[in-house]
Amino acid sequence: MNKILPILTALASGLLFGAGLVLADMTNPGRVLNFLDVAGSFDPTLGFVMAGAIAVYAPLYWLGVRRTKPLAVAKFDLPTLRRVQPRLVLGSALFGLGWGLSGVCPGPALVVAGAGAAPLLLFSAAMMVGMVAYEVLEWLTARSRHETQDQDSRVPSAFAVTPAER
Amino acid sequence: MKHEWWMALIGGGVLGAASGLLLWANGRIAGVSGIAGSTLRPRTGDVAWRLAFLVGLALAGLAAVGLGKHSFDVSALPGTGLLVVAGVAVGLGTRYANGCTSGHGICGLSRGSLRSIVATGTFMAAAAATVFAVRHLA
Repeated sequence: MNKILPILTALASGLLFGAGLVLADMTNPGRVLNFLDVAGSFDPTLGFVMAGAIAVYAPLYWLGVRRTKPLAVAKFDLPTLRRVQPRLVLGSALFGLGWGLSGVCPGPALVVAGAGAAPLLLFSAAMMVGMVAYEVLEWLTARSRHETQDQDSRVPSAFAVTPAER
Repeated sequence: MKHEWWMALIGGGVLGAASGLLLWANGRIAGVSGIAGSTLRPRTGDVAWRLAFLVGLALAGLAAVGLGKHSFDVSALPGTGLLVVAGVAVGLGTRYANGCTSGHGICGLSRGSLRSIVATGTFMAAAAATVFAVRHLA
């Protein structure tokens, strides 16, 4: 298949996604923090963003996956995990902590960093450090699992994941 | 209904369309944390589209300022120390959770994924609790 086409469609999708965040004012951390401030200056805007996004994406998704293949690549590559694991909940709680402290999640961080705003460049760099830390921790977990398996004394970890779940 | 709520609905619709484009063309979920984080574990043929999507996000921010329609208000951000802590927590947490506001919130809820319903409920509750602690307890 054409190698350039999926790169162009991904670029267009990223541009459109960023434009949506700007239009909806989700690039304003104050607005996001006010949505989360349910006991204070509550601002429902983020709720309208989610409603608009799901109203458009849900039919596109369900129509899209009925196709035998996508338009620009050979096959669909979609999440297959079904089980709710501790790491899903613990990771989401940690993400929520960071989101609540800053009012910034990954999409808006990269959009505003792209505009050259220094605090968001710093936030995005810190976010990438967190993602590198995840890769390192995953590598260490996998290695220690091998070692404990050798000794036939596996210790279950909250973050441990079996190969079949990856 | 307020003007900004209409803009939020329209902006949300654009997010849905962008995510739909990535599904229809690339067969992928538009989850920003996964697209960014997986570039750190490169597999052949799997990096270019990710980088293109991320470049698109950054270009959208640049274009918004270039078109003069938008200057980004970041006055609500915390100080440098908390900002860095928050950034690391967002990076680490979203990777452990396999998703963020886009992948779980928009795409996952649309797909009716139980994992995404649990993740979205958890990060919304944790974020609201954090804002409550910072604004009303501290």
